[in-house]
Amino acid sequence: MEVMKHYFYTKEHEWINIDGETAYVGITEYAQSALGDITFVELPKVDSEVEQFERLAAVESVKAASDIFSPMSGKVIEVNTALDSKPELINKSCFENGWIAKIELADEEEKSNLMTAAEYEKFLEGLEE
Amino acid sequence: MNPYIANTDEEVKLMLEAVGVKSIDGLFADIKPHHRPKSFNIPQGKSEFEVLEYINHLAKKNADDLTLFIGGGYYDHYTPAAISALISRGEFYTAYTPYQPECSQGTLQALYEYQSCICALTEMEVSNASLYDGGTALYEAMMMALRVTGRNKVIVDGGVSPIYRKIIKTYTSNLNIEFKETPVVHGQSDRSEITKLLDDKTAAVILQNPNFFGAIDDHSDIAQKAHTCGALVIESVYPVSLGILKTPGEMGVDIVTGEGQSLGLSLNFGGPYLGFMATRREFVRKMPGRIVGQTVDSKGRRCFVNTLQAREQHIRREKAMSNICTNVALCATQSLMFMSLLGKQGLKELAQLNLDKAEFARQVIGKIKGVEVKKSSPTFNEFCVFLPQDASKVVAAMIKKGFAAGFPLGRYYPGMENYLLVAVTEKRTKEEIEKFAQNLKDVLWN
Amino acid sequence: MELIFEKSVTGHRGFRVSNSDVGVQAHLPAQYLRVKDSQLPEVTELDCVRHFTLLSQLNFSVDTQFYPLGSCTMKYNPKFTEKAASLSGFANLHPLLPQLKGGELFTQGALEVLYEMDILLSEITGMDDFTMQPLAGAHGELTGVMLMAAYHRAKGNKKKYIIIPDSAHGTNPASAAIAGYEIISIPSDKNGLMDIVKLKEKLNADVAGVMLTCPDTLGIFNPDIDKITKMVHDVDGLVYYDGANLNPILGRCRPGDVGFDIMHINLHKTFSTPHGGGGPGSGPVGVKKKISAFLPISRVVKRDDGAFALDYDFPDSIGYIASFYGNFGLILRAFAYILMLGKEGLLETANHAVLNANYIRSKLKQYYHLPFDRICMHECVFSALRQAEKGVHAIDIAKFLIDKGIHPPTVYFPLIVKEAVMIEPTETESKKTMDHFIATMIEAAQLVEKDPDMFHSLPLTTPVSRPDEVKAAKDIDCNFFFKGRPGQ
Repeated sequence: MEVMKHYFYTKEHEWINIDGETAYVGITEYAQSALGDITFVELPKVDSEVEQFERLAAVESVKAASDIFSPMSGKVIEVNTALDSKPELINKSCFENGWIAKIELADEEEKSNLMTAAEYEKFLEGLEE
Repeated sequence: MNPYIANTDEEVKLMLEAVGVKSIDGLFADIKPHHRPKSFNIPQGKSEFEVLEYINHLAKKNADDLTLFIGGGYYDHYTPAAISALISRGEFYTAYTPYQPECSQGTLQALYEYQSCICALTEMEVSNASLYDGGTALYEAMMMALRVTGRNKVIVDGGVSPIYRKIIKTYTSNLNIEFKETPVVHGQSDRSEITKLLDDKTAAVILQNPNFFGAIDDHSDIAQKAHTCGALVIESVYPVSLGILKTPGEMGVDIVTGEGQSLGLSLNFGGPYLGFMATRREFVRKMPGRIVGQTVDSKGRRCFVNTLQAREQHIRREKAMSNICTNVALCATQSLMFMSLLGKQGLKELAQLNLDKAEFARQVIGKIKGVEVKKSSPTFNEFCVFLPQDASKVVAAMIKKGFAAGFPLGRYYPGMENYLLVAVTEKRTKEEIEKFAQNLKDVLWN
Repeated sequence: MELIFEKSVTGHRGFRVSNSDVGVQAHLPAQYLRVKDSQLPEVTELDCVRHFTLLSQLNFSVDTQFYPLGSCTMKYNPKFTEKAASLSGFANLHPLLPQLKGGELFTQGALEVLYEMDILLSEITGMDDFTMQPLAGAHGELTGVMLMAAYHRAKGNKKKYIIIPDSAHGTNPASAAIAGYEIISIPSDKNGLMDIVKLKEKLNADVAGVMLTCPDTLGIFNPDIDKITKMVHDVDGLVYYDGANLNPILGRCRPGDVGFDIMHINLHKTFSTPHGGGGPGSGPVGVKKKISAFLPISRVVKRDDGAFALDYDFPDSIGYIASFYGNFGLILRAFAYILMLGKEGLLETANHAVLNANYIRSKLKQYYHLPFDRICMHECVFSALRQAEKGVHAIDIAKFLIDKGIHPPTVYFPLIVKEAVMIEPTETESKKTMDHFIATMIEAAQLVEKDPDMFHSLPLTTPVSRPDEVKAAKDIDCNFFFKGRPGQ
C-alpha cells in the first residue's frame, strides 16, 4: 500500500500533511480501497472549528459510509469543492488531489498523538494478518 | 399436517444418508431436553376447506354492509377491478426485496414509477419507496427534520390527526424534544400562535391538509415564516384531495408525508396501509427508507436499483437514518396502479366528485333541525357537524340502522362530545345521503 | 421496458369515475386549488394492464423460481390465505368501527382473529402476551426495545447499553439506537456462537438487555442459550429474541421457555404471508407477564359476556406504536396458515426446514468453504473464499445462478463471514428442486476452476446485467420528473 513519507496518520486511516501553521487532511489508500467507489463526500463548513479525533467530514460509497475524524485540532480554512462533482478523486489520488480539507492548526504538539509513516506502515501490516 | 412439504419418506431417507445422520431428531442435537417446550397445545391442523369455512364464519360476524360516512384519515373509495387482478400476480406479491436488481426489475421499475407519481401528485422533488403508514411516516419526517436542522423544538398544529400525534408521543417519550402544540382557529391553523413560537431553536412545524377536522388551508404563509428562522415545514396530506387542492410543493413545504390507503388500498381493518414521504432534492441523503434510482447497466441499458443504501440499517447499522427494512412495496405498487389507471384527469374528476357529494351532504344535513354544519373554513370530503346530543350516542343509534355515521370527536378531543366528523366519498349515492339525513333526523328527534 | 409515463398519450383515459348524481357543483376559492394539473400518466386501462403484466414478468418470485434467500424464509405462500384475506367481511372493515360506542359488536369476527392469534402465538413461543401492532420485523424490534426501556424506567433502573452480537442483522443495532441506547457489540467465537466469555466481561448493571436470535444468523443453535439468558437476568437485564429465525425451532424449543423476555415474530417469514417485493410485513411482539403492562394500546380483550372489545385502560402502556391493530390483512393470513398446519404441521415445518438446509450443506461442502463445518439449522452459511482466490466473488456466483433461473442466496451477510453465501431453502422445496440447485452450484464451482473470467460479465440472459450502482448514487435520479443536482 502506498504511504507518503512526510505525512502523519491516524488509526482510522486519515492522513495529515503539515506545512507550517496549516495542513491538508485526507484518507489513506487503505481507507479508499476498503470503501470502494466513492459516491459522495460531506465536506465540513469553512470556518468551522474541529478538535483532534472529532468528526470532520463523511464519505459514502455504494456499500459503506464512513465518518472522517480530524487528525489534529484547528479551524477549517478551505475545503476541496472539486469533490462535490468528482468524489472519485479520493479513489484516484487519495494523498494529493483527493484532499478533503485544509485546516489552520491549533496546536502543533498534537502530532505526537499520531503515527509516522513508518509506524502507519507497521500498523497496516498488523491489520493484514 | 403441512401439505406444502414435498419430501417423501424415501427422499427423507436419502437426504439423511447424505447428511450422515440417522434420523431427523439427530439434526436437533443442540436442543437439549431442558430446552424443550413446556407445552405446545396447538390444535390439530385442518383442511383448506375446513379452515376457510371457519374464517368465513368469522367474516360474517363483521358488518361489511354498513353505509360508511366515517373517515378520520381512512376512506371508503372504490378500488378498480383491474388493480385487484394485477396485484394478485404472483410475480409481484411473492417476490422479495430487490437485493439482486437483475431479477427484480419489475418491482424496481414499479417503485421508481411510484416515487415519480408521488412527486407528481405532491409537486415535490424526491420520494422514497414507502414507509409503513401515514402515522409512522409523519414520525420519520419529524426525525429527519431534527437531523437536518440539528435542533430539537417541534411545533405541532392541533389539526394534525390525534392518532398520529399519539404515535409521535410514544416514539419520542425518551428523547429530548420540546413539543409545542398550537390550537385550531375556525378550523384552520393559528398563525399568530405559530409565529409566536417560531424561533432559531425550531426544527419543524408539523401541519396537516386537509386537517383532521376536514378543513382545507393554504400554508404558504406559514412555510415562509418558518423558513426565515431556518425551520422546516412538514405537511401530512390526503392524496386523493391533491387531485384539485393546492399542493404542498406549491406551498413551500419541505417534507410531505401521508396515508396512501385512499390510493386503491382496501380498508382492511387497519392494515396493510401505505406511508409515503417526499422532500426536496437537497435532503435526499437524510431521507429514511429505501430509494430506487435509475441508472444504466454494463451494456448501457436503462435499469433501476436500490440506491443511497449507505443511509440504511444494513450498512449504517446504529447510525442509520431509520431502522426500516421491509417497507410496503406491494402497497406502493398497488397505489401506482391506481394513480396510473385514474391518471391525470381521472384523479381530478375523482377529487371533484368527492367534493360535490360532500357539499350535497352538507346541504342536506344542514337542513336538519338542531344540526349545525361547521362552515368557518372550506372542506374537502370530510366536515364537522355539531349535534344537539352526544355524538357517540347518536352514532350508536345510527349504526343499528345500518350507517357508520361518522367519527365522534369527543373520542380524542375532550369538550367536543357533540361534534361528529362526517366523510362522504364518491361511493355514496344521492339516495344513501338522503337516507342518512332522514335517519339522523329520526334518531335526533323521534 | 418503457416507463408508464413514456406510454402516456395526451387525452388517453383509463378508469372512469361515475357521473355525479347529486346535482351540485362545488367550488373552492382559487387560493386553495392547485395551479397545474398533476403529471400523472395518461394511459388506457388496456395499456395499464399490459404495462403491469409485463413488468411483473421481469421479476423472479417464489411462485416462479427457487428463492433460497438466507434469513428471509421464502417459503411458499398458500393461495387459500389470499382467499381468506379478500373476504368482504374483512377487506371492507373500517378500522375506526370498534372505537365507536357499541361499534365493537359490528367487528366481532375481526377482533376474534386478533384475540385468537395472541393465544396461538403465545403458545407457539412460550410467551404470555402479544401485541399484533408492529408493522414489520424492524418495527417489532423497536417496539421491543421501547418495552425494555419502559420496564427499566418503571423499576427506576438507569441502564445505558444494549449488547448485540456482531453477527446480528442491521435492524437490531439500528432499532436499539433509535430507542436511545448505546450499542456494545460482542464478537462470535470460533464455533460461530456468541463469545460467552466476552459477554460476561461486558455484562454489568448498566446493561439494559441483550438482543439475540437463536439459531443465530449462521444457522447455529446455541446449546448454552439458557445460560446466557440467566447471565443477563442476573444483572437485571432483559433478553430480546429476534424471531427471524423461528422457523426451525417450531415445536422443538420456545423462546419463552429458555429465558427470553421479549420477542418479535416475522409473520412474512415463519408464517408464510407473502413478501410483496419488500413488504408489507408484520412483526407481532410477545412478552413475559412482567412486561405485559407496558404493551402498546389498544389490546383486544374478551368480556364476561363472551364479546370481544378494545381496551385502552392500561396506564403503563407505552402508547400507540401504529395507528391501529397491526397489519390485519397479514395477521389474518397467518392465522389461517397456523390453523391449517396445526400442531403436527408446525413440527413438520421445523423438521423439513432443517433437513433441507443440511442436505444442501452436505452436498456443497466439498466445493465451497464452510466456515463452521457442523450441523446447521434452517440455513447454512458458506463462504466463496476459495472462488475469490480465482477472482470470482460471492456476487459473481449469484449472477451465475440468475442466468440459470435461480434466485441467488443472500450474499455478504452475516458481515462476520467474508464472501458469505447464506442458503435457506425452507421446508416447501422438494429434493428435486434442491438437487437442481446443488448441481448448478457445483457447475459454478467447476467453471471457476476452468474459466473464472467469464463470471464477470454475468448474467447474460436477463434484460439487464450489472447495473452501475456507483452512477445511481452519484447522479441521483429517483423521480422521472426531476433530473438534476441541487441548485440546478
